[in-house]
Amino acid sequence: MASVAKIARRTFLIGAAAVAGGVAVGYWYISRPYANPLEGGLAEGEATFNPYVKIAPDNTITVIAPRAEMGQGISTTLAALVAEELDVPLDMVKVEHGPASFAYYNAALLEEGGPFPFYDQSLMAETVRGALGGVSKALGFQGTGGSSSIRDGFEKMRQAGAAARYVLVEAAARKLGVAASELSTANGAIEHKASGREVAYGEVAAAAAAIDPPATVRLKDKADWKLLGKPQPRVDMLAKVTGAPIFGIDVVLPDMLFGTVKMSPRFWTKPVEADLSKAEKMPGVVKIVALETSYGHGFGVVAENTWAAFQAADAIEVEWEAAEYPADSAAISKTLQDALASGDGSALRDDGDVDTAFADAPRERLVEAAYEVPYLAHACMEPMNATARFKDGVLEIWSPNQMPTITRYLCSEAAGIERDKVNVHTTHLGGGFGRRGEMDFSIYAALLAKEAAGRPVKVTWTREEDIRHDTYRPAAAGRFQARLGDDGLPEALDMRIASPSVIGSALRRMFPSISPLGPDRTITDGSHNQPYAISNYRVTGIAADIGIPVGFWRSVGNSYNGFFHESFMDEIATAGKTDPVELRRKLMADWPTAVKVVEKVAAMAKWGEPLPSGRAKGFAFTLSFGGWVAEVVQVADTPAGIRIEKVWIAADVGTALDPGIIEAQLVSGAVFGLSAALGQEITIAEGMVEQSNFHDFDAMRISQCPAFEVAILENAERMGGVGEIGTPPAAPALANAVFTLTGKRIRTLPLSKEVAFA
Amino acid sequence: MRLIVDGKSIEFEADPEMPLLWALRDLAGKTGPKFGCGIAACGACTVHIGGEAVRSCSLPVGQVDGEVTTIEGLAASGKLHAVQQAWLDEQVAQCGYCQAGQIMSAAALLEANPDPTDQDIDEAMNGNLCRCGTYPRIRAAIKKAAALKTAGI
Ligand code: FES
Ligand code: FES
Repeated sequence: MASVAKIARRTFLIGAAAVAGGVAVGYWYISRPYANPLEGGLAEGEATFNPYVKIAPDNTITVIAPRAEMGQGISTTLAALVAEELDVPLDMVKVEHGPASFAYYNAALLEEGGPFPFYDQSLMAETVRGALGGVSKALGFQGTGGSSSIRDGFEKMRQAGAAARYVLVEAAARKLGVAASELSTANGAIEHKASGREVAYGEVAAAAAAIDPPATVRLKDKADWKLLGKPQPRVDMLAKVTGAPIFGIDVVLPDMLFGTVKMSPRFWTKPVEADLSKAEKMPGVVKIVALETSYGHGFGVVAENTWAAFQAADAIEVEWEAAEYPADSAAISKTLQDALASGDGSALRDDGDVDTAFADAPRERLVEAAYEVPYLAHACMEPMNATARFKDGVLEIWSPNQMPTITRYLCSEAAGIERDKVNVHTTHLGGGFGRRGEMDFSIYAALLAKEAAGRPVKVTWTREEDIRHDTYRPAAAGRFQARLGDDGLPEALDMRIASPSVIGSALRRMFPSISPLGPDRTITDGSHNQPYAISNYRVTGIAADIGIPVGFWRSVGNSYNGFFHESFMDEIATAGKTDPVELRRKLMADWPTAVKVVEKVAAMAKWGEPLPSGRAKGFAFTLSFGGWVAEVVQVADTPAGIRIEKVWIAADVGTALDPGIIEAQLVSGAVFGLSAALGQEITIAEGMVEQSNFHDFDAMRISQCPAFEVAILENAERMGGVGEIGTPPAAPALANAVFTLTGKRIRTLPLSKEVAFA
Repeated sequence: MRLIVDGKSIEFEADPEMPLLWALRDLAGKTGPKFGCGIAACGACTVHIGGEAVRSCSLPVGQVDGEVTTIEGLAASGKLHAVQQAWLDEQVAQCGYCQAGQIMSAAALLEANPDPTDQDIDEAMNGNLCRCGTYPRIRAAIKKAAALKTAGI
């Protein structure tokens, strides 16, 4: 790794976030607890113990799971953490997302923002983690992302449950006139076994809420867990199979209007000329409003129904300014290549002496390759939308979003309303994948609501608008070289990777007054921090500013670095005549957790056993968000094209709180990665995105979906994330399988540009 | 304009060109069917008309001929449909947004073909996109629902 001295000279981009909040981070500030946001909104007789638990006199127990539910099952597992310590079955609790509040800051979201690999537990690494977690706390940064919710909530949520249980028992002891130690709890009630008396939580909730909880509470031993560690029925499943109105797009309010937007198809540009007259005259149209925001410029339509709004948006005639960025995919590719050739970068990994190792390398010992991947859209199933109402000076926003506190902040800024007059209600999300950490859809709804004379407006984007105004997974290019030793193993590895900075782009639209500082570690995330021991090992990231908005796409930098690093490892294995699994076993020997997942997946997939002709397997490994994941993909040659037959996944997440949900997430992540590898790309022509809907930006369909076999391991010392970790190894495992099947090494995505898939 | 939706007669005023999906969602208060693409490419908006699976985003409301059933009307007399029960048992949904459409397509499939093969499932369900990748569990749940139906549960 880069030395501490090198690191100390750098300022990391995440530092910019602290500046953004305008906060001086001191010990006092970090340790200051936020007020309990539930206190203001309690029902008659209801009591709250901390920001996570409410209990009503009729024993209705409400748990706040303040992270966006976008399919990853977070509401179920967060509720299970509380229920475990509260000693109630999961089906006894009502789970709510709760209000936007600083109290629900996510410390783990920023913790890994430093330059250290996840396995680094040195004092320096831990100190920086603590400091960045503190930044999140000080900013009240409530967010769902970075596969961090469980790492953040594991202690907090259990403590919330345990602290509430403690005071409930205490209150029951006073009521029954016995010692607390004589009482036990189960199923939402406190029992005095000696006398056979029982008190429901609800009966003593009010009294209990007045008792101060102790400074520390003892949490259950893992061996005593009743809910955690076992698959739980998801708390949202019934709603989702009965079509309940839980999504942002389902919000219905009295007297509601409907709307949509038509934003400039050239990013950041303004209209040169616009003719609204035709659109304004269309039946059902209420108003057309010009929108100028940090996300872009364009028009909003308010109408009597969504269909009328869509049609009117279509009828707006606009000439837009020309783009100020490279206007087509060829020019973008050239920008990336130029950056690779000459750009200044920062090496977040620089072991040994790479330049010297390559200086005298004989040709036949060198492996060299160039890789490139395109922009990608998120294409959440639920198109972007939000509903807002501005009435009596108060702005209410119903938004399927991943960042409630920043949503509140930016909507208040955009609409010119005090922050404490803005309330954000977070609905379920019909997919998020990082897209819904953005604020554009909420801001647009807020601005249209201001023009709607107090009536609420539900603003829904067309799919075309959604695909063409994403914050894309950045395009990226890499040049790699390796020098092999006598044993065929790499003695030196040098990777240069150029890509636009996601964090720089996000700052531009969220906090335009702040200029990015220092390197963006996401550019090489998944390449600079992998558990491989190579004597001379350098990974350099070069930020190539292109101007197309880029953002956080499931697994962020890992999504392409996984492809780069693990495809190139496969090339190294081939050149050095080493089996790819054997190669990992040797290079990862210092990390037993990694070796165990590699060996596990190899055993599951019967790696190394001969296959019938016309079939092949590929292997890849990525450590991302603390999850150690190895995948094997098997492909078959069929008359219709290459078919992905089977995928084996072995993943180590440290502690597996809900194996059923983790299995679903690993499969989901892999399907997401395979979808991109199979056929997705966003291309640019004349400054505009060429794709527009699922006919030209599709994803894997059921007929293409392979069978999956998943193993979850728990050897890792630190707990890892789950929601994104299945994605990074999927594309390289597939590309490596295609190489073994066809002899064709494909170094660009999507693979479908080179081979046909069934 | 009058439609029978989920067994109830609903009156509303609409441009006959308006897609059934928007008439259901914005005018009839039926938000169960979802908007995903508007071009019959994702299946999120699937409803039944006369027992057939139909993409409501691409059918003008003026051309609707028959009773419409949405996900909200699938559970007859308060009991979950076999497909919904199987979805619950197999814990299929992730974000859930595509699932109303998936369930409606699966229910229509099982109505026409009580014991579908993998290939039958692929053909009937290929128009239903799921960005969360719940396909393996969808497959398992359809088989489970077929068994539940055969057993008369
Ligand atoms: S919304 Fe109808 S098929 Fe996509
Ligand atoms: S469950 Fe999310 S799109 Fe299918």
